[in-house]
Amino acid sequence: MNVEVTPLPGIGVRKDFATRNGRRIGVVTHRDGQIELIVSKSDDPDACLASLPLTADEAGALANLLGAPQLVAQLTEEHREVPGIITKQLPIKPNSPFDGRTLGDTAMRTRTGVSVVAVMRAGQVHPSPAPDFTFTAGDVLVAVGTSEGLEGALKILKNG
Amino acid sequence: MDHTALSLIELGAVFFALGVLGRLAGKIGMSPIPLYLLGGLAFGQGGLVPLPDIGGFTHLASEIGVVLLLLLLGLEYSAAELFTGLKRSWMAGLLDIVLNAAPGAAVALLLGWGPIGAIVMAGVTYISSSGIIAKVLGDLGRLGNRETPVVLSILVFEDLAMALYLPILTALLGGVSFFGGLEAVGISLLVITVVLVIALRYGRYVSAIVDSDDREVFLLKVLGAALLVAGLASAMQVSAAVGAFLLGIAVSGSTAHNATRLLEPLRDLFAAVFFVVFGLNTSPASIPPVLGWAVLLAVVTTLTKVATGWWAARRQGVGKLGRARAGAALVARGEFSIVIAGLAVSAGAVVGELAALATAYVLLMAVFGPITARVVEPLARGLQRRRGHGHEPATSSVS
Repeated sequence: MNVEVTPLPGIGVRKDFATRNGRRIGVVTHRDGQIELIVSKSDDPDACLASLPLTADEAGALANLLGAPQLVAQLTEEHREVPGIITKQLPIKPNSPFDGRTLGDTAMRTRTGVSVVAVMRAGQVHPSPAPDFTFTAGDVLVAVGTSEGLEGALKILKNG
Repeated sequence: MDHTALSLIELGAVFFALGVLGRLAGKIGMSPIPLYLLGGLAFGQGGLVPLPDIGGFTHLASEIGVVLLLLLLGLEYSAAELFTGLKRSWMAGLLDIVLNAAPGAAVALLLGWGPIGAIVMAGVTYISSSGIIAKVLGDLGRLGNRETPVVLSILVFEDLAMALYLPILTALLGGVSFFGGLEAVGISLLVITVVLVIALRYGRYVSAIVDSDDREVFLLKVLGAALLVAGLASAMQVSAAVGAFLLGIAVSGSTAHNATRLLEPLRDLFAAVFFVVFGLNTSPASIPPVLGWAVLLAVVTTLTKVATGWWAARRQGVGKLGRARAGAALVARGEFSIVIAGLAVSAGAVVGELAALATAYVLLMAVFGPITARVVEPLARGLQRRRGHGHEPATSSVS
């Protein structure tokens, strides 16, 4: 997907992409962190039909609605044959000790046997993150493991 | 009553009246700048209620107002944004200068105000109001539009052009010789370059010097630094306003963000005083004789700004409606036209009618600009429908 990033001097950044039917969808991120969802008009692709201001929570919820269930459903489907293996989403909260540190630093697989199969960031999925993948607050990890392992992983992400 | 009591009462009355005017402006969704100017006209000499006792305070306060206006303008941008904006928009920026400075200069020459008057009026008609325009774009939900970056990068270019124009203007207004003027321009170019390089490379150190977790300390340091830099710049003939603008650019990141939030109410207060003082120094009786010229300039420079925006947006592959929107968005003039006229008038280097013309012009453009931005879309659609009938079928949409 070709996401276009356009600086808006004095205001923030616009990130958008064109859908198959020629509409543009994206977000305008203001300097102060305010997020606006934008959807272009069909008869005038330069203009916006809507520019909806969203709070950080709302934007996160929307991202999850759009991205996460699809991915998790797919993974759950794949692991259904294997009893005892669960797929779960684990958030990196703003106060997490791993905000700004790498996947390798968590030593997740060694400590809990859990595999991180994807990271969702800002509505985009980064599949199969390498050990040097650096987390930031707001990331959601898609992890696969046993239920105890996943519980342990959640604690590690929260407390280090 | 003693002098202090009288000053306090007058000042209180002025602020209160401005507050009421500002609320009125907010209610009808327009910029408060024209109302502040009208307020100033009403309080000034020959106006309804002359207020002679607050001159000392308002004089200094209006100077601080200009410094804060430019400081916050600088805080809006990072140096990197300035450079990319400049790269994107320099051709449109040059067209903008030529098309929009010429009408002001021409009128000033026709009225016999000489070359300095022409340079001042050129600046007045050239510079769009980034404050009004950014607000209008946000209000109309156009931040996500494809033509909006074009509009913003032209504004960035204009603001940088101001950083060059103001020191040249101050040098000329100071009545220096040709070579003295060149020297001032050279110094200011050098200073601007140095500051931009510092801002780009070492912006975080500048930010670290003024930054503080304590609001009070932070406010005092930012304001102190701004006034110090503005004063030093002024002493070097580089114009106080430009000094403040450059400091604003050098401060970056979260420091800039916090500073903006902290200083915004102060700027609104002092800038309001600045507009009032400008109005105060203009006699209402001097406006009717120049009103015709102001209307003429308003019409011509509306068309030239629309042409600028149209051309710039077309170069970025924006459609016709978007081009019309980009042009109309640029029309509003405001704070900086008055800053320029104010510099010229306080230096005493231009005739009094210039202030009257600038006031009348900005009154028209600050009101007319946001209206133009709003009505352009239905207007353009109507035109397109009528013209597109028959030979050019409307583009079909899938959804």
